[in-house]
Amino acid sequence: MARVVVDVMLKPEILDPQGQAVANALPRLGVTDVSSVRIGRRIEIEFDGEPDLDRAREIADKLLANPVIEDYQVRVVAAAEVA
Amino acid sequence: MTMRIGVVTFPGSLDDGDAARAARIAGAEAVRLWHGDPDLHGVDAVVLPGGFSYGDYLRCGAIARFAPVMETIVDAARGGLPVLGICNGFQVLCEAHLLPGALTRNQHLHFRNRDQWLKVEATNTAWTNGFTPGQEILIPVKNGEGCYVADPATLDKLEAEGRVIARYIKGNPNGSQRDIAGITNEAGNVVGIMPHPEHAVEALTGPSLDGLGFFTSVLRALAGSSAGGQLAGGQQ
Repeated sequence: MARVVVDVMLKPEILDPQGQAVANALPRLGVTDVSSVRIGRRIEIEFDGEPDLDRAREIADKLLANPVIEDYQVRVVAAAEVA
Repeated sequence: MTMRIGVVTFPGSLDDGDAARAARIAGAEAVRLWHGDPDLHGVDAVVLPGGFSYGDYLRCGAIARFAPVMETIVDAARGGLPVLGICNGFQVLCEAHLLPGALTRNQHLHFRNRDQWLKVEATNTAWTNGFTPGQEILIPVKNGEGCYVADPATLDKLEAEGRVIARYIKGNPNGSQRDIAGITNEAGNVVGIMPHPEHAVEALTGPSLDGLGFFTSVLRALAGSSAGGQLAGGQQ
């Protein structure tokens, strides 16, 4: 199976209120040694044939991420890794 | 001749009916445009209404940007067609790169739904020429992802070029940088605004009639341009 994983994260300088809300809730679990939580999105793309990283990058840049506020990383996942 | 204002309906648009009604109350003919139809049917201006285009799946406005009608609107906007994006429409304009920056989750994570005071700043755009600079207006705001962000250089450029069309006053409902509620492009024909002027066009249903000024402004701009002048603030 040809799977490409795209990880999209808000840029470090962009406030992540969702992550902050989670970080603020952690003490209620008794967790007091976490200083920051950032929440992103993982997208899995399956190609019919060979994984095409360049096309995946184009998809990520145009649609999956908004480069104004988000960074993204694109990588091929080995078949053994695919759950 | 009656000006024709197109109002786009995407799957998930909510305020297209109100936007069309506001256009009619302002004295225009409202023309409904469909997201899947690239033809603008000869309209003189376009409104991208509020709502949740394509369910806001992925990111607000991200999928609407690739709608067939948007491909045509992007080209027409670059050619000077007046385009107003309200709320989700503002998000679509940013995703389509017709306006800089992006709209992110409200800083406090809560959906905000209230009547909001704004100060109108730039009045040399197609959609704000009927206001006076510094005029305070009251129109509803309702959004969950209305926090305007851009890098400091972009924000400085917007300020220096007088492209902030309205700022939140008496409270910032979503954490927008520099209290920005709306901006325009360099030519002044494309405007995005987070609050909803189309909900403030008659006494029965809105907190004021202040929103009508956006729709009457564009008619004035169009009348001026058809008389041989250029669009207010336009450089086309």
